[in-house]
Amino acid sequence: MFESLQEGLSGALKTLRGKGKLSEANMREGLGLVQTALLEADVSYPVVKDFVGKVTEKALGEKVLSSLDPSQQVVGIVHQELVDLMGPVDHSLHLKPSTTVLMLCGLQGSGKTTTCGKLGRLLKERERKPLLVAADLQRPAAIEQLHVIGEQLGIDVFSEPGAKDPVAVCQAAVKHAKKIGCDVVVLDTAGRLHIDEELMEQLRQIDRKVEPEQVYLVVDGMTGQDAVNSAKAFNEALELDGVILTKLDGDARGGAVLSVKHVTGVPIKFIGTGEHLDALQEFHPERMAQRILGMGDILTLVEQAQQKFDQDEMAKQEERLRKGEFTLDDYRNMLGQTKKLGPINKIMSMLPGMGNMQEMLDGVDAEGGMKRMGGIIDSMTPEERRLPSKIDQSRRRRIATGAGVEPHEVNELVKQFEPMAAIMKQMAGKGMRDRFKMMQDLQKGLSNPNAKLQKAKVGTGKRLSSAERAKLRKQREKEARRRKRDARRGG
Amino acid sequence: MGFFNKIKQGLKKTSQLLNTDVRDLFKAEGRLIDEDFLEELTAILIKTDMGVAPAKAIVDEVGTKFRARVMQMEDVLATIKAKLKELMAQPEEPIRFAAQGPTVIMVAGVNGAGKTTSIAKLAHLFKSQGKQVVLGAGDTFRAAAVEQLTIWAERLGADMVKGDQGSDPASVAHRAVARAIETGAEVCIVDTAGRLQTQQNLMQQLTKIHRVIGKQIPEAPHEVLLVLDATTGQNGISQAKHFTDAVNCSGIVLAKLDGTAKGGVVVAIRQQVGLPVKYVGVGEKPEDLTLFVPDEFVDALFADLIAPAAA
Ligand SMILES: Nc1nc2c(ncn2[C@@H]2O[C@H](COP(=O)(O)OP(=O)(O)OP(=O)(O)O)[C@@H](O)[C@H]2O)c(=O)[nH]1
Ligand SMILES: Nc1nc2c(ncn2[C@@H]2O[C@H](COP(=O)(O)OP(=O)(O)O)[C@@H](O)[C@H]2O)c(=O)[nH]1
Ligand SMILES: [Mg+2]
Ligand SMILES: [Mg+2]
Repeated sequence: MFESLQEGLSGALKTLRGKGKLSEANMREGLGLVQTALLEADVSYPVVKDFVGKVTEKALGEKVLSSLDPSQQVVGIVHQELVDLMGPVDHSLHLKPSTTVLMLCGLQGSGKTTTCGKLGRLLKERERKPLLVAADLQRPAAIEQLHVIGEQLGIDVFSEPGAKDPVAVCQAAVKHAKKIGCDVVVLDTAGRLHIDEELMEQLRQIDRKVEPEQVYLVVDGMTGQDAVNSAKAFNEALELDGVILTKLDGDARGGAVLSVKHVTGVPIKFIGTGEHLDALQEFHPERMAQRILGMGDILTLVEQAQQKFDQDEMAKQEERLRKGEFTLDDYRNMLGQTKKLGPINKIMSMLPGMGNMQEMLDGVDAEGGMKRMGGIIDSMTPEERRLPSKIDQSRRRRIATGAGVEPHEVNELVKQFEPMAAIMKQMAGKGMRDRFKMMQDLQKGLSNPNAKLQKAKVGTGKRLSSAERAKLRKQREKEARRRKRDARRGG
Repeated sequence: MGFFNKIKQGLKKTSQLLNTDVRDLFKAEGRLIDEDFLEELTAILIKTDMGVAPAKAIVDEVGTKFRARVMQMEDVLATIKAKLKELMAQPEEPIRFAAQGPTVIMVAGVNGAGKTTSIAKLAHLFKSQGKQVVLGAGDTFRAAAVEQLTIWAERLGADMVKGDQGSDPASVAHRAVARAIETGAEVCIVDTAGRLQTQQNLMQQLTKIHRVIGKQIPEAPHEVLLVLDATTGQNGISQAKHFTDAVNCSGIVLAKLDGTAKGGVVVAIRQQVGLPVKYVGVGEKPEDLTLFVPDEFVDALFADLIAPAAA
C-alpha cells in the first residue's frame, strides 16, 4: 500500500518537480490518494478529513525541494503529521509507591482480560506485587478465565464467586490487596457497548467509588469507523488516562488508533501483539505511522530479528559477504534463519515495500516454497552449491529427484539466486537504511511479471475488473472444491 | 421480528437514536445534488465500513443520475438502496441441513469476534426447532474457553464433548461428530479457538479440523460459519479471504450489530470474496440472533437517514 501510495503520489505530483511551491490545486490528486489510503487503513472519516486539511496547510507554500521527489516530500509531511497526532508518548503507568488501582474497560471481546494478565506480568517483572480483579460478572466463565491466567503467571487473582455487583467486588478487592500486601490492583471489567446506558453507569460507579489512578480503554486493532463513537462515549463516561490497542499481530493496519487518539486525546500506552501473556509492547508513534501507511513495521521487525537470528551466524555471514562471497550455502543458511522469524506473511507485512509482495503471496504457500528451496539446495553437491553454473540437465534431474520437485524448479531457483547474490554482496557493510532500500529494489525486480513468482500478475495491487474477479473467484472455488475432495479422500 | 426492528429496539436504550448530521442532509424543500452533497453522502457511506470502492460506486451512481437537480430524500435514498442491494445481492440462505444424519456446523473467526456466543445462539435456535444439539468444545487453547461453552451447554440443555486444555482440537471435533452420530442428534456445532488469519500454523490447524470432520461424514461440515465482529473495519476482507481459503467458509455470522457499528464491510466481502451473511447477532443473550435479510440490512445501514420518518 505504501508502495502504491508512493507510486500514486509520484504520478500525481510528477509535474511538480522543481516547480516552485506546493499548492492546493497541484496537490489535490495526491491528497486524494492520501485520503483513500487512510480510509482503507480504517481511520475514521471525520478524522481523515481533518488530517488531510492539516497536511494541506502544512504543505501549502512549502517549496518543492529540487532534491526530492515531490511525492516523497508529501509522504514525509503525512508521515510526520501522523507521528505528531499519535504522540506524545507516555508509557508510564503512573504507579504510586502505595496501592495503585488500574482499571481496564472496553467493548466485548476487545482483549481486556488478556491485557489484564499482560499488565500483571509486566508489573511483576518490575518488582511490583499486582492483584488481578475479576470484575466481569457478565460473560460466562470470565472469572475462571482470569484465574487461569493468574495461575499461569503466579499472580494473585481476586474474585467473589456468585457476586452480583461489580462495584462491590472492586471495592472489596482493594481492601483485600492492602491486607495481603499487593501494591497494584488491576480491574478487569466486563465488556459492554458504549450505548448501554445502564452498564456505562455501572462503570462510572466503579470509577467514583474505587477511584482508580489510571483508566485504560482496550481497543481491538481491527476496529473500523465506529472507533470514534465508542472511544468518545467511554472517554465521556470515565475520563480515560490511556489506550491499549490489541491484536496488532495480524495484518490490520490499525488506523482506528488515530480515531481513538483524536477523540480522547489520551496517550496510547501499549499494543498487544499476541495471545500469549508476554505479547505486550510499548507504543511507538513512528512505527504505527509506518504501519498505517503500509510501510511495514520495520523497527519491530528488526527488533525481532535481533532477538531470533543467531548473532554468531549473522556475524559469520556478514564477514563472508564483506569478502564478496555469497553462495547457495549461504542462501540455505539464510532460509533457515528466516524460518525462525515466523510465518513469512507476517514478516512480509512488516517489511517496507513488501505490501505488494504480500498480496502476491496471498494463497501461495510461502513456507512450503521455502522448504522446497531448502530441499533443492540440500540435494546439491558442495561443488554445485559453490558453482551453480555447473548444474546441467542431468544434474538438474538428479537434484530434482533428490528434493522431490520438478526439474524446472531447480532451474528457477538458480536463476533467482543470481540477482539475489549480487544484491547480497552489495549489502555487505551497508547500514540498515541502505539495505532496506536495496530490498525494495530487489522486490521491484521480483514483482516484474516476468519473474517466476506464482500469481505475480494477480497481485499488482490494482483494482481488478469484474470479469477478472469472477475468474479469480471461480479459481478459488475450484481450488476449494479440490481441497474438499482431497480432504474426503483423506489427502 | 426482523433484526432491523431488534436493532432499533436496542437503540431505544440510548439518546443517540437520531443522528442529526444525517437528517440535515435534506430539508423539506429538497436539496441540490452538488459536490457538497456528494461529499456528505460519501461520509455517511464510509462510516458504515463498506470501504472506499463500494462507497464510490454508489456516490458515482447518485451523481450521474441527479447532479445539479433538486431532489427529495426518498428518491435519492431509493437509488442508493437499489445500488447497494445490487452490490449485496445474495440468496437468503439459512443453514442447509443434511439429508440424513447430523448436520455439522463448524464455527471459525478471529479472537473475540463472538464465536462461542454465536454457537450458543445457534444451539438455542435449533433447540427451539425441536432438534437435539451436540456442541464440540474445540477451543482447547484460550483460558476457560471450555468452561465458557460448558456453561452455555448447561443453560441450553445441549450435549457437549470436550477435551483437555491444550489437546488436539481436531480430536475434539471428531468425537463431537461421533457423539452426534451415535446419539442421533440432528445438529453438531464445533467451536474453534480464535485466531488471526495471518497465523499460518493455526490456519493449518483449522484446515485439519475441517478435514477430520469430512472423513467422518463426506459432506461435512455442512456449514462453515465465519463469525465477524460488526465493529471490524477493512480487515474483515482479509479475514474472509483467508478463512475461506483455509476452510471454505459457507457464510458469515455478523455479531455485535447491536452497537452503533454498521458492519458495512460485509458489502466489500460480498464483492471480493462472495461470502453471504447468514445470521446477525444483536446481543449477548441466546435469543439475540436473527436471520440476515439483505433488504433489511440495507435499511439498517441508513437507519439514521430514515429514522425520522419511521419514528
Ligand atoms: N453486544 C454483543 N456482544 C456480543 C455479541 N456476540 C458476542 N458478544 C460478546 O463478545 C464477547 C466475546 O464473545 P465470545 O463469544 O467469547 O467470542 P469468541 O469469538 O468465542 O472469543 P474467543 O474464543 O476468545 O476468540 C463476549 O463478551 C460476548 O458476550 C453480540 O451480538 N452483541
Ligand atoms: N492475536 C491476539 N489475540 C488477542 C490479543 N489480545 C487478546 N486476544 C484474544 O482475544 C480474545 C478476547 O480476549 P479477552 O481478553 O477474553 O477479551 P475481553 O472480552 O475484552 O476480556 C481472546 O481469544 C484472546 O486470546 C492480541 O493482542 N492478539
Ligand atoms: Mg474479559
Ligand atoms: Mg470462544
